Amino acid sequence: MNWITNSVLPKIQALVGREMPDNLWHKCPACGQMIFHRDLEQNLKVCPECDHHMRMGPIERLAILFDDGQYQTIEIAKTALDPLKFRDRKRYTDRLREAQAKTGRQDAIVVAHGTIGGSPAVVAVFDFAFMGGSMGSAVGEGLVRAAKLAETQNAALIAFPSSGGARMQEGILSLMQMPRSVAAVDKVKDKGLPYIVVLTDPTTGGVTASFAMLGDIHLAEPGAIIGFAGQRVIQETIREQLPDGFQKAEYLREHGMVDAVVPRRDLKQTLGRILGLLMAPGPIAKIVALPQPELVIAPRNDPGTTPADVTETDGASPSG
Amino acid sequence: MNTFLDFEKPIAELEGKIKELRHLSDDGELNIVDEVTRLQSKAERLLKQTYSKLTPWQKTLVARHPDRPHFCDYIEALVEDFSPLAGDRAFGEDLAIVGGLGRFRGYSAVIIGHEKGADTEGRVRHNFGMARPEGYRKAVRLMDLAERFCLPVITLVDTPGAYPGIGAEERGQSEAIARAIQKCTDLRVPLISVVVGEGGSGGAIALAAANHVSMLENSVYSVISPEGCASILWRSPDKAQDAADALKLTAQDLHKLAIVDSIIPEPLGGAHRAPEGVIESVGDEIERALRALIGVPGGELRARRREKFMAIGQTGLS
Repeated sequence: MNWITNSVLPKIQALVGREMPDNLWHKCPACGQMIFHRDLEQNLKVCPECDHHMRMGPIERLAILFDDGQYQTIEIAKTALDPLKFRDRKRYTDRLREAQAKTGRQDAIVVAHGTIGGSPAVVAVFDFAFMGGSMGSAVGEGLVRAAKLAETQNAALIAFPSSGGARMQEGILSLMQMPRSVAAVDKVKDKGLPYIVVLTDPTTGGVTASFAMLGDIHLAEPGAIIGFAGQRVIQETIREQLPDGFQKAEYLREHGMVDAVVPRRDLKQTLGRILGLLMAPGPIAKIVALPQPELVIAPRNDPGTTPADVTETDGASPSG
Repeated sequence: MNTFLDFEKPIAELEGKIKELRHLSDDGELNIVDEVTRLQSKAERLLKQTYSKLTPWQKTLVARHPDRPHFCDYIEALVEDFSPLAGDRAFGEDLAIVGGLGRFRGYSAVIIGHEKGADTEGRVRHNFGMARPEGYRKAVRLMDLAERFCLPVITLVDTPGAYPGIGAEERGQSEAIARAIQKCTDLRVPLISVVVGEGGSGGAIALAAANHVSMLENSVYSVISPEGCASILWRSPDKAQDAADALKLTAQDLHKLAIVDSIIPEPLGGAHRAPEGVIESVGDEIERALRALIGVPGGELRARRREKFMAIGQTGLS
């Protein structure tokens, strides 16, 4: 009966397309439960049986985040041109094109703005389906633009990383997105605006080791893998069994790296509440931070004989 | 006793022969001066030939050469009154990153760098230059100290990368690296970095988001090791040479990409063949960079540094 499976079924599938049971039922990767697709969507892609949080695309995420589901996306950087002319078993440009065709997106990030619980917020969401959410120049550009938008709108910045780390195909330029993204979110923080990170599955490598671990507040989705090094690399290095729950959101909370593990259904409410507390402090006296004094290491004529002539001025021009 | 790399085998053979001949002439009456001179010039020619066209993978091997001068060698030659400072004040002391106060060419400064260790015992003590969170947190603490006393910060980068281990993850390896990068970009004193050996990924940038970044001629700097890249993208660690080509990790490539500001030349055959000269050249370059930054207000130093890194990757998008 091979001809049925080999030739008849594909033809039917081709004819009927999306209506085939393949797409109607999803199997929970954690408990194996079959879930009807509408139930799964209604449950925000969380298994009703075991509460496993499945990965979510950026648009699905944005839709359940903003007040009344209303938000606007901003144009992010277009395609990264292949600066290194990188080629492994495939050309980087081909990988990019495939990822773009698969996701309908230019790169692995979407930036949107709107209000959450009444507070203005700019949200940057990673798309793991786009080359593992890896961070290259275009993703870095998206984060810079999100940060700038938050600054101009006096809005909070919320990042939803979901990424394997830096995008190797951009070599050193992807490594440089680490300080780049850090500087970008620091400018938001300098302006006194909240910067919140919601760690989603998975957040690892150069993404965790940069902007994703510098939030004023770190929330995480249940079960999300969050870490620096990959588990296989660690195992190969130390040749020991990894502890239960290693690098999971709950494990990070236990080790003090995450403020709270928040189930997806409570996320919007939690974010709205936190933003309200931070951005609308109520009838208390305005607290003015002291200005930082300007630091200047003054030039001097003979570095060989006298110690550095160090001055601390209040923005005045350096003396001597 | 020199350590030779695989691709240096013909050079090693020649140099071995020269040594042997010299030894013979010491106890015999053979006159072999001509032969030695001939072999010597041949060896030199071969060395020049080999080193004038090193592949990126060969440069990676030179950058990792066990005899290459390390942080402690630079400190000994360039820094007076070096006072190492230990500990992150939270968990422990990590010798993969060494740091402290010292006087560099008259300037009091905070100097921090990865140390790989010079012999087996040293390498174990310094964990091969692979830092744990405590190392990065100590670096941040020392940068705080520099800022408080208005001292410039000098960092020397030489690490295979951050240490991948259970404890390191539990104590927040990624957070520690992120904070170190943040501190680098945030500093209101001059920050000058030199990649003197291996610039391995996050562990390297944690100390190198600087106002001025230089690289030694045969050093490498990369988002992932060629071996790691090969096993992920080529699914085979044997493809490390291809990965090294593709990653553009040499000083020359990175200078072209405007990621590093200058390249410091090495003697023929690599830094380990004449360490004193290389160390002085590194000192000269640091001094030049430092002089250019002295007198620039702290806020301006921070703004320039942030702008510089925020611009990387802005172009190159269609």
